[in-house]
Amino acid sequence: MPSNSEYTIFICEGTGCVSGKSHEIRLALEQKIAEQGLSNVKIDFTGCHGFCEQGPIAIIEPDDIFYTRLTVEDVDEIVQSHFIEGKPVERLFFKDPVSGKAIPLYKDINFYRKQQRIILRNCGHINPEKIEDYIEREGYNALKTVLGKMTPSQVIEEIKKSGLRGRGGAGFPTGMKWEFCQKEQSDIKYMICNADEGDPGAFMDRSIMEADPHTVIEGMTIAAYAIGANEGYIYIRAEYPLAVKRLRIALQQAEDMGFLGDNVLGSDFSFIIHVNEGAGAFVCGEETALMASIEGKRGMPRPRPPFPAQSGLWGKPTTINNVKTLATVPVIINKGSEWYAKIGTEKSKGTAVFALTGKIANSGLVEVPMGMTLREIIYDIGGGLIGGRDFKAVQNGGPSGGCLPASALDLPVDYERLAAAGAIMGSGGMIVVDSQTCMVDLAKYFLSFTQEESCGKCVMCREGTLQMLKILEDITEGKGKEDDIDLLLELSKAIQAGSLCALGGTAPNPVLTTIRYFRDEYEAHIREKRCPALVCKNLITFYILPDKCQGCGICKRGCPVDAISGDKRMIHIIDQNKCIKCGNCLDVCPERFSAVTKVSGEKIEVPEELIAVGSWQNSESEEKL
Amino acid sequence: MATTVINVLNQYSRDRRNLIPILQKVQEKEKYLSSESISEISIYLGISENDVYSVASFYSQFRFIKPGEHTVKVCLGTACHVRGGARVLETVERELKIKPGQTTADGKYSLETVACIGACALAPTMVLDNEVQRSMTPQKVVDLLKSKNKAENDAK
Ligand SMILES: Cc1cc2nc3c(=O)[nH]c(=O)nc-3n(C[C@H](O)[C@H](O)[C@H](O)COP(=O)(O)O)c2cc1C
Ligand code: FES
Repeated sequence: MPSNSEYTIFICEGTGCVSGKSHEIRLALEQKIAEQGLSNVKIDFTGCHGFCEQGPIAIIEPDDIFYTRLTVEDVDEIVQSHFIEGKPVERLFFKDPVSGKAIPLYKDINFYRKQQRIILRNCGHINPEKIEDYIEREGYNALKTVLGKMTPSQVIEEIKKSGLRGRGGAGFPTGMKWEFCQKEQSDIKYMICNADEGDPGAFMDRSIMEADPHTVIEGMTIAAYAIGANEGYIYIRAEYPLAVKRLRIALQQAEDMGFLGDNVLGSDFSFIIHVNEGAGAFVCGEETALMASIEGKRGMPRPRPPFPAQSGLWGKPTTINNVKTLATVPVIINKGSEWYAKIGTEKSKGTAVFALTGKIANSGLVEVPMGMTLREIIYDIGGGLIGGRDFKAVQNGGPSGGCLPASALDLPVDYERLAAAGAIMGSGGMIVVDSQTCMVDLAKYFLSFTQEESCGKCVMCREGTLQMLKILEDITEGKGKEDDIDLLLELSKAIQAGSLCALGGTAPNPVLTTIRYFRDEYEAHIREKRCPALVCKNLITFYILPDKCQGCGICKRGCPVDAISGDKRMIHIIDQNKCIKCGNCLDVCPERFSAVTKVSGEKIEVPEELIAVGSWQNSESEEKL
Repeated sequence: MATTVINVLNQYSRDRRNLIPILQKVQEKEKYLSSESISEISIYLGISENDVYSVASFYSQFRFIKPGEHTVKVCLGTACHVRGGARVLETVERELKIKPGQTTADGKYSLETVACIGACALAPTMVLDNEVQRSMTPQKVVDLLKSKNKAENDAK
């Protein structure tokens, strides 16, 4: 039966889906629909839905059908079956990783069902390059309310009552921050949006700017009005080209429509926003370093006080807020502080956005009310671990954060409780790991990151992190000493005390929490020279199991350093002196043989020279004979 | 070459705040910051070359040697790290026979590392000439570089 319905298909064109060729898919759809002369189908695109792992993604309205993992090859079938015959294409539905069931509708997918999207409310539902789409969903209403009916002090009061705290990491009360700046007497003040998103493994700020740039602009303009600033800067990572592009488009549109510029909406408040691209320095996410960078200097933090509210950019009173903090502001104005303050826990109001990644089944952006437990986030929304494997740890808050073990899964997530457990809310990176991740290696990873990114100003941060890194390297290479753990703890304290900014102040957190919760792993490395997760290269060995090898030669061909000897139907042998432990042999050995193994702290006996498949008898079995 | 730099400079006022945007624009046009460019910028902004270098060398985005025709950036962010980013990097290193920060002898490829490109759900990732490559494996690295080389040879 031919379909008469009107359809709109929204293709996701966020960074993730674009990497899966979603733009080409949209072009192919446009062409196909033109060829078929279908007038009942509209094609549009959105920013990131936050479910990038399933991408490229498309949503078809009004049915609310959710298609996943699209390719250009799927276009013909979608047009024929869905748009012409009215039959959605089942094989493109989302498959629940737990039940294995195909789920056609967006709203039924567990990943979305259990979320409460306030900050991400528009992401995936509007075309980020059309201001009309934003306006249709209450966009710029809050700005109109503020300029038309509220004094700056009333705006600040409203934000204070909402309980909103900064989403950039430290959780400082936003209303209070604005008030400090408002009270300063100065003809020039600045409003800055911190879009540096330096935590490696977090991408919520990118998604918001790509999917809903106007909400950031609106929030920032309201903040500027409240503090009395006429000039603003968005400091954004250069690694986010698409977000930069969409922000620039949005700024132009907002200016054209009178939401920015001289006399915003006919009021006597004027505001302009500049975009500054970062240049690849993590420390520039720190507010005083960020301002130095905008001023054209090396991005090095300076002591506070004076706080930016008193002396910020070019010495003028300045307020700096994170992207998510600002994206929340219009909603609070529209729906009221009372409504907002009902969400979340006693001291942490509202929602938190996490970038759920790592060994998780449903990887993506998750927004939940504060106070939800880690278990609900990881299992109910995230669908548990890939392949149903066991949870080992979750790393929160990036290089400044901590690793929490399974015993913390029932912890309700908010600023206070995460801090008490040794982690931090941070920017919202949430990386789930399983037994294949070595906690010592992970701690070393974070420390090498902070060590590299330390600006070098404070001796303890610069040299102390280097010493810690060296100790961790020793441990992972099997050269650890018995008192290394104590030394790490001691160094941590000194670095925390002797660093000016939170980069150094929090750098030991990943080490401290892994020692606190996974001390046995450190001890296995130090005492037994064993890496239980089979990760640390110096402590692992690859073997070809002589009783399983069928002499097929696949591993030999796949070895990049010719470390495998063997012949047809002969048992293959790895030359341990040549082996670089790349793991290719393990990858390529056919599953039905499973003849390659990786071990730590044990030796497997193998033939010394080539012998025929089936003729292997190890010394143990000989003894038994 | 100097004219490109001068064209860039003319778009900006002679104000220190424009230093980083200028460095970025010059690098975008010329792919790196040559000592001639640094010197032009220093004269234009009226700050010492030393000062320009001190800022440029602080930020990992800036390069001072000419990069290869193609750039491979391997992500070593946390999400990519726990899903095998190091193996991706090792494979690229082996295939191209260079380390991060280096360029192949034929000037074709440069290798860089990056700490997260914001596509963490697709980890491990790498970027080949501005195109994000998702869910990389050592095998996919080998295939990708092969097909890139083949496409180039065919084009010739
Ligand atoms: C090393 C370091 C990196 C930081 N990186 C960021 C960042 O990428 N984004 C961010 O919003 N805040 C970052 N911060 C926190 C900022 O200094 C600042 O507290 C925040 O932008 C304030 O905004 P909020 O009140 O809205 O949270 C960082 C802090 C430190 C010490
Ligand atoms: S960690 Fe690699 S893309 Fe974010």
